[in-house]
Amino acid sequence: MKLQRISALTKKEIMKTVREPAVLFMIFLFPVVFVFAFGASFGGVGGSQTVTYQIGVVNLDNGNSVNASQILLTALSNTKILNVHIYANNQTAQSDLSQGTVQAVMLIPMDFSQSLASYQAAPNNPAKWTNTTVSLYLDKGSLVATQAIPPIIQQALAAMASQSQQALHSPFHVETVSLFDVKTTSALDFIAPGMFTFASIFLIMMVAQSFTQDRENGMMKRIRISPTTPTEFMASQVASYMGIALIQAALVFMMIYALGFRPNVGIPAYSFAFVLVLIFSLSNVGFGLITATIAKSAGAATGLSFLFVLPQLFLGTFVGASLSSGAQVAGKFVPSYYVTNALTSLFLRGAAVTSPAILPDLTVVSVSCAAILAIGIVLYAKYFKI
Amino acid sequence: MHFPSATGKHETKFSKNYYSVKKAISKMTESAITIQNLTKRFEDKTAVENLNLQVTKGELFGLLGPNGAGKTTTINILCGLVKPTSGKAKVYGYDVQKETQKVKELIGVCTQETAIYPYLTGAENLELFGNLYGMKGKMLKERSVMLMAKMGLKEDAKRKAAKYSGGMKRRLSLTLALIHDPQVAFLDEPTVAMDPQSRHAVWDFIKDQKTQGKTIILTTHYMEEAEELCDRIGIIDHGKLIALGSPKELVAKNQAKNLEEVFIKLTGRTMREEA
Repeated sequence: MKLQRISALTKKEIMKTVREPAVLFMIFLFPVVFVFAFGASFGGVGGSQTVTYQIGVVNLDNGNSVNASQILLTALSNTKILNVHIYANNQTAQSDLSQGTVQAVMLIPMDFSQSLASYQAAPNNPAKWTNTTVSLYLDKGSLVATQAIPPIIQQALAAMASQSQQALHSPFHVETVSLFDVKTTSALDFIAPGMFTFASIFLIMMVAQSFTQDRENGMMKRIRISPTTPTEFMASQVASYMGIALIQAALVFMMIYALGFRPNVGIPAYSFAFVLVLIFSLSNVGFGLITATIAKSAGAATGLSFLFVLPQLFLGTFVGASLSSGAQVAGKFVPSYYVTNALTSLFLRGAAVTSPAILPDLTVVSVSCAAILAIGIVLYAKYFKI
Repeated sequence: MHFPSATGKHETKFSKNYYSVKKAISKMTESAITIQNLTKRFEDKTAVENLNLQVTKGELFGLLGPNGAGKTTTINILCGLVKPTSGKAKVYGYDVQKETQKVKELIGVCTQETAIYPYLTGAENLELFGNLYGMKGKMLKERSVMLMAKMGLKEDAKRKAAKYSGGMKRRLSLTLALIHDPQVAFLDEPTVAMDPQSRHAVWDFIKDQKTQGKTIILTTHYMEEAEELCDRIGIIDHGKLIALGSPKELVAKNQAKNLEEVFIKLTGRTMREEA
């Protein structure tokens, strides 16, 4: 394998991207303009969502004749908005929270029933109440969770205390445990991870067009006549599109940073995000090759590429959060879903790069992207030769 | 052998490879191309049928025939792009199927399509293909400048190829095929759709290649081009070689006025009808 050939072809591909106005727009300007328009439009806190939220409960309540924790759990279930999952310990619950399995974890304290009993004994004498605190851990990667769940808990606690939803005073306090200030969170923060993922999805179209165009105008034949080996050629293509994906991610990051995205993470997290986007770009090259195999012309390749662009876009990026539960399940079959999920854990949930919240996603992304690229190369080589 | 800066401080890995190839070549026979019982079938159609042909080193051989006669398929087999159904083909003693990589280093192909990258300049196109053949640095630049000057493209070397006229694009496409100074050049209708001026520039260039001892296989629809340039001509129809000889021999043998008449007599069609 000669590096000279790989670098020459890589340089050629990058020059094409820079010099062809249509390619330049689709690859660089479109994601940047889109992110700017979307980010600027939805910079404030998003609207309400009428879906069911998963809440984990760690019940430490000693209980007594009152059994307040059961009353609370029944009240929460009756809201039809919260789906309650009971955990034996806080560690397991936190693990599921960090992986996005539940959107919140509520820790019911040991003296919870005692507190309710003290209230019922002297409802008008706060001095005799046993004050207690319910801890609430929120999924910082979910806009709806941070906005919707705390008021529901507050309301249920208040109702327990006074049998009236208008009650203002009770011995119960809810402490929202979060490193992330929910009140200052904008929709941009929640869609930013998906935007990172979104940036390189249109590579599918570019790869498909590039291969079909080169086939149509005889350049692929010319390359095949030269001593360039299939490995050298494919290495150059993958290298150039990974480079382009890196530039796209950098541009999108600069744009969302300019719009106010400031995740509380360090350089390792940013570096990891770029690595993840690079790995993800492999699947887009693979899908592009599959499209180029199916398409008979560059025009057809443009249309057919949407067969892969749209699922990646709608099921796996920032768009996915607002889709139906069925669509969200379907999202688990596209690589972009895992990229966005990992980036959400990284930027918003504060997960470490090596945490269990990230590694499964990284594994799925790496394996699926490598497989899709391999399928793309094999299919293209089988039907058109390289 | 014309190859600028092949020695001295700019000598590169390419030139070393080049001379090792040259050394190997010197051990071989005088036959540049040997085709034995070559057959190629595409499903129910036979494109090439039991073709036997030998082209000697330094020969300018014209391969003529109506459209679909099997000319391009034969060239594609010789380039290693298409596998023959049966038979053998060798270029400079290397089997085109088993030693494809060696063959690729020896040949240059100007395809029927005007195959250039439109978003690169003429010079960049040449640099890219020079790199693919292992050339670089001063040697590549000198060869690039020399070829562009010979093809009348020097003034436009830094313009994007997309802005070239049709004739200029064809000339650039031909230049790309020859950037690495190949021993054997396959020129598949190199002057098609060119104005007379461009065509004569290409003719001069092809003649120049021949004086340098290069072997050239030329397919063309222009009879005057074949008569002007070719040492020998093979006429192929329905995949079979139906005539072989120098233009004068073919004219005399078929008692014709010119090559066009020979072609009509043998194939029953004119080139113009087929083009």
